Amino acid sequence: MSAATAAPGRIVVDYDDDIVRKFFLATVIWGVVGMLVGVIIALQLAWWPANLGLPWTTFGRLRPLHTNAVIFAFAGNICFTGIYHSMQRLLKTRMWSDTLSKIHFWGWQLIIVSAAITYPLGITQSREYAELIWPIDVAVTLIWVVFAINFFGTLAIRKVKHIYVAIWFYMSFVITIAVLHIVNNLAMPATFLRSYPIYSGMTDALVQWWYGHNAVGFFLTTPFLGLMYYYLPKAADRPIYSYRLSIIHFWGLIFLYIWAGPHHLLYSGLPDWAQTLGMVFSIMLLAPSWGGMLNGLLTLKGAWHKLRTDPILKFMVVGVTFYGMSTFEGPMMSIRSVNGLAHFTNWVVGHVHSGALGWNGMLTFAVLYWLLPRLWNREVAYPKMVTQHFWLATIGIVIYTVAMWAAGLMEGLQWRAVNDAGQLANPIFIDIVHRLEPFYWLRLLGGTLYFLGAVMMLINVFKTIRGPERVAAAAPATAPAS
Amino acid sequence: MAENGMDHGSEKKYGQFHRRVFESNAALFAVAATVAILIGGIVEIIPMFTPAGTEHSEAITPYTPLEVAGRDIYVSEGCYLCHSQWVRPMRAEILRYGPWSRAWEYQYDRPFQLGSRRIGPDLHRVGNKYPDAWHYEHMRDPRSTTPGSVMPPYPWLLDDRIDPEDVRASVIALRKTGTPYTDEDVAGVEESLAEQGAAIVARLATAGIETTPDRSIVALIAYLQRLGVEGRAELEAQGVEY
Repeated sequence: MSAATAAPGRIVVDYDDDIVRKFFLATVIWGVVGMLVGVIIALQLAWWPANLGLPWTTFGRLRPLHTNAVIFAFAGNICFTGIYHSMQRLLKTRMWSDTLSKIHFWGWQLIIVSAAITYPLGITQSREYAELIWPIDVAVTLIWVVFAINFFGTLAIRKVKHIYVAIWFYMSFVITIAVLHIVNNLAMPATFLRSYPIYSGMTDALVQWWYGHNAVGFFLTTPFLGLMYYYLPKAADRPIYSYRLSIIHFWGLIFLYIWAGPHHLLYSGLPDWAQTLGMVFSIMLLAPSWGGMLNGLLTLKGAWHKLRTDPILKFMVVGVTFYGMSTFEGPMMSIRSVNGLAHFTNWVVGHVHSGALGWNGMLTFAVLYWLLPRLWNREVAYPKMVTQHFWLATIGIVIYTVAMWAAGLMEGLQWRAVNDAGQLANPIFIDIVHRLEPFYWLRLLGGTLYFLGAVMMLINVFKTIRGPERVAAAAPATAPAS
Repeated sequence: MAENGMDHGSEKKYGQFHRRVFESNAALFAVAATVAILIGGIVEIIPMFTPAGTEHSEAITPYTPLEVAGRDIYVSEGCYLCHSQWVRPMRAEILRYGPWSRAWEYQYDRPFQLGSRRIGPDLHRVGNKYPDAWHYEHMRDPRSTTPGSVMPPYPWLLDDRIDPEDVRASVIALRKTGTPYTDEDVAGVEESLAEQGAAIVARLATAGIETTPDRSIVALIAYLQRLGVEGRAELEAQGVEY
């Protein structure tokens, strides 16, 4: 076929969608795996014999597997799916190097597999969300460099001058994760499997939470906002509500986020000035966070009626709304006195999951369902199942978060309760643990519903892929021989 | 739909400036974004390496080789996911656990194990709270010491053995990070392990428990039994009220 078939003035680009399909499938599969492990450890908290009496299946070894699988495998792979798909189209060019794309893909999956092997074996740094041992950390660094070269290489060969807002957010993701990962994991190896951080005590705690909180900021927030800025206008067929708002909240968000880490260390031995900085910046973070939420929701101005019929928009709207709710809750929990009650409790777990299940999960599902027919050029096999998935997930999140709020408030209040004689009202810790049990079962129910929704998506995806290809109506099936 | 989904109608002057300067120049944009994300971290982290951030105390001694081995087990099993090591300066916490945790008490902790969740109780002052035999039985079957406990049993720690060469590698690495171990400490790892282990084995024997000094459980007990002890003694020596 000659280039002459393209309309005059139009650029014909041969996008690499094979890499997008790879990341897409990895997202779906790892999502189901990560959520399954979540369901298992939720069961362990409600019913301890589910630890199975084996070293490899205790809560202490499986929880990092759950968090890493859903953050770095599920959320990570959807970010790469969306970035490889949308940046090629926004920049009107194929990725700079197909080879680097493939190295990135296989390297990243190999890192996930190595995490899934090492954690159950008790091979871990036990630094929250940075549990990977040093050789795997080195691999992460190398793969991230490969990704960054490909990313900036593609920007360098772009066919459009203007860089759209989604790409700004992707860029902050690529840069910041590199900085966080490297600085946080500087360590002295003792053996191939064990190392000790170069930081000690409260300094290690501060560096780790600077990393940990900004993993939320730059792994679970900025790339997802990038996805929102590309796929929400596409799905709603409306332009972004405000260009100016996108500028303000982008710079506001990336500048303020990085300061917020110390809110994880309120009432600790960390110097007061650092604790206060963390608290104040966390509260300020509300503004740019809600700027993003409003820009997303208001983009639907004039398209709200589509919500009634379009399950993809349903996922998006609930996702962006949960983003707004958890970025309101977060600053509130960063206020010292509120944190005094919330810290160490299930409330924090509920907060994390309203963000992870509500914002990251729902937006991920939306993007996946939007891409599915387009990437494989097939009709979605079970369209009604998409709506069913939406309701299952939404009901699941609500049960989950309400159960954890109630559990968190209860244990926080009972831990601190003091009677008239100045003694602890609940001196026996295990008594409070037992009162949490009903909430743990409720949380298991909510989490299971959410997990079942993801399984339905997995079934739908594989059935769709195996279905017949769409017959192209517009394009001529056979071009005349030239 | 406008180009790239952008609403040009709402553009104002600084929007045009941003568009002209940043949105057409990827390198400049990347540099500006890098500067924006570095500032907060620099301001908060760098002072931690100065007197404004670090608190040091001679009262806290480095972990012994057996305690290092025990701490490695604590780290490996992910104990921090259910147990904090962080007593906060609040009335109820001090009543429940003891003096609130000072920064200098953590000075040799690599990695820090403050934790973020209390599925079980805080452990920062657990040292000397229970006899060695309590910990032994508790790890074998948590419900034997704490009826109704939801903690999984860790019977393999009763059988697993620690390797002195592995512990020596840890001590050497910790020394390189700045923990003040001497040449004698490194050379005497094996002897120190045997000596401290034998003392714990002897105490366990008085409770009718038979084990050997090289078991993982012995190392873990050594670690747990020193948690918060030196810090509490120092605070009491200073006459700090809590």
